[in-house]
Amino acid sequence: MDSKIALRLDINSRDYHVNVEARQTLADVIREECGLTGTRVGCEHGVCGSCTIVVDGAPVRACLMFAPQAEGKKIRTIEGMAEGDDLHPIQRAFSDNHALQCGFCTPGFIMLIAAWLEQNPAPADGEITGMLSANLCRCTGYRNIFRAVKQIVAELG
Amino acid sequence: MTPNNSVLGASVSRLEDHGLLTGQSRFIDDLQLPGTLSAAFVRSPYGHALINGVNTEAACQVPGVVAVYTLTDLQPWLTDTRMATGLPSNSFRLDVNPRVLAADEVVYVGEPIAVVIAASRYAAEDAADLVEVDCEPLEVVADCRAALLADSPGAHRKLSHNLVAAFDFDYGHVEDAFRQADVIINESFRLHRGGAHSIEGRGAVASHDPVTGKLTLWTSTQRPHGVKRVICDLLGCNDDSVRVVAPQIGGGFGPKLVCYPEEVVVAVCGKLLQQPVKWTQDRYEYFLSTTQERDQYWDVEIAVDNDAMIKGVRGALLHDHGAYTARGLNVPYASGVALPLAYNIPAYHLDVYAVLTNKVPVTPVRGAGQPQGVFVMERLLDRVAAGLSLDRAEVRRRNLVRKEQMPCRKSLKLRGGTEVILDSGDYPATQELALEHAGWAAFGERQQAALEQGRHIGIGLANFVEGTGRGPYETVTVRINPSGNILVATGATAMGQSTQTMLAQIVAGQLGGDLSLVSVNCGDTDATPLGFGGFNSRQTVVAGASAHAAARAVRDKVFRLASRRLEAAERDLEINGHNVFVKDMPDRKLTFAQLARAASGLPGFKLPVAESGPGLEATESVVIDDMVYSNGSAVAEVEVDIDTGQVDIHRFLIVHDCGRMINPALVEGQVAGGIAHGIGNALFEWMGFDDNAQPVTTTFADYLLVSADKMPALELFHRESASPFNELGVKGVGESGCLPTPAAIVAAIEDALKPFDVKLNQAPLTPAVLWGLIRPAPGISAPEHWRSPGIDTAAYRKGVLL
Ligand code: FES
Ligand code: FES
Repeated sequence: MDSKIALRLDINSRDYHVNVEARQTLADVIREECGLTGTRVGCEHGVCGSCTIVVDGAPVRACLMFAPQAEGKKIRTIEGMAEGDDLHPIQRAFSDNHALQCGFCTPGFIMLIAAWLEQNPAPADGEITGMLSANLCRCTGYRNIFRAVKQIVAELG
Repeated sequence: MTPNNSVLGASVSRLEDHGLLTGQSRFIDDLQLPGTLSAAFVRSPYGHALINGVNTEAACQVPGVVAVYTLTDLQPWLTDTRMATGLPSNSFRLDVNPRVLAADEVVYVGEPIAVVIAASRYAAEDAADLVEVDCEPLEVVADCRAALLADSPGAHRKLSHNLVAAFDFDYGHVEDAFRQADVIINESFRLHRGGAHSIEGRGAVASHDPVTGKLTLWTSTQRPHGVKRVICDLLGCNDDSVRVVAPQIGGGFGPKLVCYPEEVVVAVCGKLLQQPVKWTQDRYEYFLSTTQERDQYWDVEIAVDNDAMIKGVRGALLHDHGAYTARGLNVPYASGVALPLAYNIPAYHLDVYAVLTNKVPVTPVRGAGQPQGVFVMERLLDRVAAGLSLDRAEVRRRNLVRKEQMPCRKSLKLRGGTEVILDSGDYPATQELALEHAGWAAFGERQQAALEQGRHIGIGLANFVEGTGRGPYETVTVRINPSGNILVATGATAMGQSTQTMLAQIVAGQLGGDLSLVSVNCGDTDATPLGFGGFNSRQTVVAGASAHAAARAVRDKVFRLASRRLEAAERDLEINGHNVFVKDMPDRKLTFAQLARAASGLPGFKLPVAESGPGLEATESVVIDDMVYSNGSAVAEVEVDIDTGQVDIHRFLIVHDCGRMINPALVEGQVAGGIAHGIGNALFEWMGFDDNAQPVTTTFADYLLVSADKMPALELFHRESASPFNELGVKGVGESGCLPTPAAIVAAIEDALKPFDVKLNQAPLTPAVLWGLIRPAPGISAPEHWRSPGIDTAAYRKGVLL
């Protein structure tokens, strides 16, 4: 297991050069090798969605992907959302609607919503709920997350 | 000099949000100290077994492995091999404290046996797989009912029985009540085990500073002070040489209030290896080794007269305690207290048996025993209504504690011996409001119309009263720094429930109202040596009271000093933001920074206000012994698909009263989260074990948490009956949402299934269970673990086992 692979990862439009084992998950590499710890790991078996990041425009569970699989792809994580002190509209909507409590699931939800809204800019309520049920939150009961998405959709519309 | 009320009681945005939203906040696994080693634990694969030996040779050969330790290796560094983590009680009959690591016997699947320390988590887990544990399986105690039978094996090999504790609640003339009753209803209830499942698991990082000799343990805990006590005692350190810090916590919901073996082991290893050591729990380990709750069997009777007035309740409660005493008897105790709280029940007798099994220990999960007590009482009242052909709401209306009885002294004592006094609230009015919003009275017609179309809809009601604000105190320090900002430090611990914002609002309410000036340091034993932490919906009440008192003391100092400097009477001064000024003369002002610098003093000069002492700082620990009681009424409306057993919740509404609200949006967030958890308990969350106490639901694909598509649109309504027991008039709210929810939903399902005449005395109700109950057919029945329980309480009472 000590043969390592040299990788170049494009995360938030910045290059990260890392040496990793083939078996290291993308979540672990982003967190531990690249130091971007905003991507959280809640289950490591692909159900909770707290590790969700955006890879080439699609929401991806970073715990289910090996880091070498991500080479050459454009990766976006929670650290790439705000511009300086200016929060991204999704982040602002989460704060406005008290859509986070412990905040552990929050980066995963925000990245899921960001990628999904790109494809579905004018969703119906049922579609929003369906999308949100991809990820788990133990604190909020989801209704404020739903409201946050509604606010963003209204702002976009 | 009126306090700035615009910030107190307002839904201001949270102090916590920015770091969490941008990914900058640091949870336990985000702490990456240079040179950190990773720990992985070797755990028991058996529910009960002898350990004949542990071979670590192969594991030690794995590249990157630094050490593999068993208890024998760590013992020289420990004062004891057991962890004294339980609350004291005279009712204990067996002394079963958890082991730091298991050495000769394991008593639940997942119990830690050895630890591997390696350069990376990957290497540590590789090596952990290679540790050979020579186990000899023993007879397993998987069912807490069988555990009490005379021929049951012991959950621990040296124990001759499994009754870890027995106690009772007893007041009034119970025998007379039942002798004189017009109607007696007898039921058995079964509440199933589940987990808390914060999305962040547990974890700990230990770092020993060779220069100062101090050991710092960051741990994902609700109770850093409790962990520190255990660490100091077990490592034989004095209090000054250990610091425990709770970093950002990704949800707690109860189990993180326990001090766990892994925290002790990581602390010892950090000291031993003189290098930082980190352990991060994965979800599989969470399922195996984080404490759980709710497993209870009840066998109870209620006595009423023909007008449905309650005369008495009696029965027995069998509580699955798990394999060790990790916290105490607080869960079954809280169940027994919760049952009679909302109603006038003149006589009550409950025998409580806490029973050892070979399962992961039981300690509070959001609600802490109270949801079970509420479930049993509310289901009994529904049966009374059915028996007397009365409306379910009417039966409750006649028996609820009334407003004019407040403060109402119940004939019950808290576990520490103080009396239970319901402080305030109007329970009947709360219920009426819920019924009104729900359209309760007109539901029968809608139900009939639906039935004619072949649809089965039903409605259910549940009331609850929650004990909150467990004392005795929580310390809070408030200080205006010479740079002009306000620092709040407290033993209260935040795990997602917005504790920082809540305290900042209380402090800013006294000190100028600008939240951006306030920062709150929670859960650091160095910042606040005395403390308890976050549990029992307590922090707004106890830490809130201390924050209020400390902020007011600082405000007094500010005014005393400013009045001299500005040459104005104290009563003519006001604070706005960081400016202290003379009313109507905003230019005659001093800033917090100017005042704090002046109050710090100068060498060789007298302090500006001798009687205030130096600085603008105050520390308060307001002692509160009596708990305060939140209440509420929930109504659920469901539809059951009788072909599949699927339940849809059409509506869920709650009228809630937690006294004065510091921040209504945060209160709603807590209530909504609690309801989501309660829906899980009602319909989805089933922690399965096989006959050998082997967990069979160990992923989120098997153990289902409520997801967004399973949440109904909630309707939340507030009443605010200020508590007379504390100055702010507040009561706790963190757990209340999950108290009435299973009871209301199960009642609604039973109502929907009236045509099938089913009795629902259990939770959760999965589709398979409901389907089996709706369509009993030869060869098809509910799975074994769902059969209606029957407890032979008479046998227990006769003392066969006692
Ligand atoms: S951590 Fe990746 S889905 Fe849960
Ligand atoms: S906010 Fe805590 S898990 Fe979602």
